[in-house]
Amino acid sequence: MNAARPEALRAAARADLPRLRARYPAQFRTDRVARARTLAVLGLLAGLAGFGFWQFDFSLGRLLNGLGRLGAFAALMLPPSPEGHLRIFLHALGETLGIAFLGTLTAAILAFPVALLAARNVVPNPFAHFAVRRGLDVMRSVDVLIWALIWINVVGLGPFAGALAIASSDFGALGKLFAEAIETCDRRPGEGVVASGGSALHRIRFGLIPGVLPVLASQVLYFFESNTRSATIIGIVGAGGIGQYLTELIRVLELKQVAFLVLMILVTVAAIDWVSTRLRRAIIGPAAR
Amino acid sequence: MRGLTPLPPEREAALSGLYAAASGAARRRTLAGFAIVAALALLAGLAAEVRPLVFVENIGKFTAYIAQILPPIGLAQPLADVRAWYWGLPGWLALLGETLLMAYLGTLLGGIAGFAFSFVAAANLVRSRGVRILAKRFLEVCRTVPDVVFALIFVIAFGLGPMVGVLAIAIHTTGALGKLFSEVVENIDMRPVEGLSAAGASWIETVRFAVVPQVLPNFASYALLRFEINVRGAAVLGFVGAGGIGQEFLAAIRNFYYADVSAILVLIILTVVCIDLATERVRHRLSGPEDAR
Repeated sequence: MNAARPEALRAAARADLPRLRARYPAQFRTDRVARARTLAVLGLLAGLAGFGFWQFDFSLGRLLNGLGRLGAFAALMLPPSPEGHLRIFLHALGETLGIAFLGTLTAAILAFPVALLAARNVVPNPFAHFAVRRGLDVMRSVDVLIWALIWINVVGLGPFAGALAIASSDFGALGKLFAEAIETCDRRPGEGVVASGGSALHRIRFGLIPGVLPVLASQVLYFFESNTRSATIIGIVGAGGIGQYLTELIRVLELKQVAFLVLMILVTVAAIDWVSTRLRRAIIGPAAR
Repeated sequence: MRGLTPLPPEREAALSGLYAAASGAARRRTLAGFAIVAALALLAGLAAEVRPLVFVENIGKFTAYIAQILPPIGLAQPLADVRAWYWGLPGWLALLGETLLMAYLGTLLGGIAGFAFSFVAAANLVRSRGVRILAKRFLEVCRTVPDVVFALIFVIAFGLGPMVGVLAIAIHTTGALGKLFSEVVENIDMRPVEGLSAAGASWIETVRFAVVPQVLPNFASYALLRFEINVRGAAVLGFVGAGGIGQEFLAAIRNFYYADVSAILVLIILTVVCIDLATERVRHRLSGPEDAR
């Protein structure tokens, strides 16, 4: 009977179609305006894409040619092997992790006080708020690689420049995120502190920080994860880490070692992912959010 | 405050002892956490060859560099100076346009691929564990290998040019968006899905009519966010020969064309900030009034 019912229902509805149509005209009308708008947006997107393909001369021949060569590269990558450079690679990996950790930590420590300045509920002055926000935006919109090029001029080639580069670009990003976290936090503890006679600093220390610290810590962990990824490429401009070997080895087509390096990166990032997920859960607690 | 009756002394002593123990334990935990972070920082400092003295010694170079790249604009004829500073504007704007187009195409292609993969990787739509895990691992590899590395390899395979940049961005975006999209799909309301499959819809029909309408605003919002990130990334892909303004910028830095460095940097920053503001506005409209925050 269960199997028969939907069939019966459908048949009844089919038979009843004209009356249903008359009774619920809104459900059966095509919304021509909305459809035209959707089509226009899709057409615009597709048109821009077509222009791009034409402009960058994408052609099937070029793609197939390149794919053929990529296939050959893939064959050359097997089996991945360090070919005797394991020690150097491990050292470079350590450097990469060091760059990511130190860069993130520095950025977080510097971003915290600035984020307080940028948060509307801590410093109500709109000029300070606006200026700090725009400053952070500028720091953030310069890519890590560009920061690395700038810092290389100051401290020379090497991982130190890389750590400074990550610290600079993350300072902007973390500052913005921290400020947003501080603005959305519960204001009642702070009001309680003020009502029982606390000063502005007391309000921040006892009313604000205990609430936002776990959120901030979890954001910092996210950034550490993503920075291990960006620290792997920072060596391309000479700022230390595994990237300099990666660039060199790709240029000279030592693809077995390249594959080994990529595998090393994948494993490391997966390990850090795992650890930081655990830590995040421990910090925020399973019950909260 | 007159009605406070003091606790009996022995209970007060017991309670304050407990309080001291609890707060002491919390304090010890915090200190231990700090100690671990400090030790790790020291280790990381050794690994990253941090030399504070060099930093302090050379911090002057940083300010000097900033001063050097500042444009030579005098008060006597500021307009002419600005024109001289931006002598290469038409060419730079063309390269900037190329960068934006690269980011757009990369986001579009990667978004489409991520869209397709997200339904396959979602635990609530695909029964087969094997298929799901395969899709998730694939997305992870796409995401973990940075786009610059893809670009390095593709430059050798496809030749120099912006096409390489587009492909590199597209692959990285597939991984990043595929993961976010599949998380959105996993959090949908399952009742429409059940309704459609009860009415005999195929898997594709279920996805089209029960899942896509629910997830589309979120997907669009994430894709716009990714576009922002990709504009920033596309600006440096030129460093490895993958098109866009990066190549010009690298040349300016390497050859010490100081005024050009600041001119291009200001252009990049302005573009990125404008894109950020524009996409933020669109995203707020997408998220709609019901859950506008």
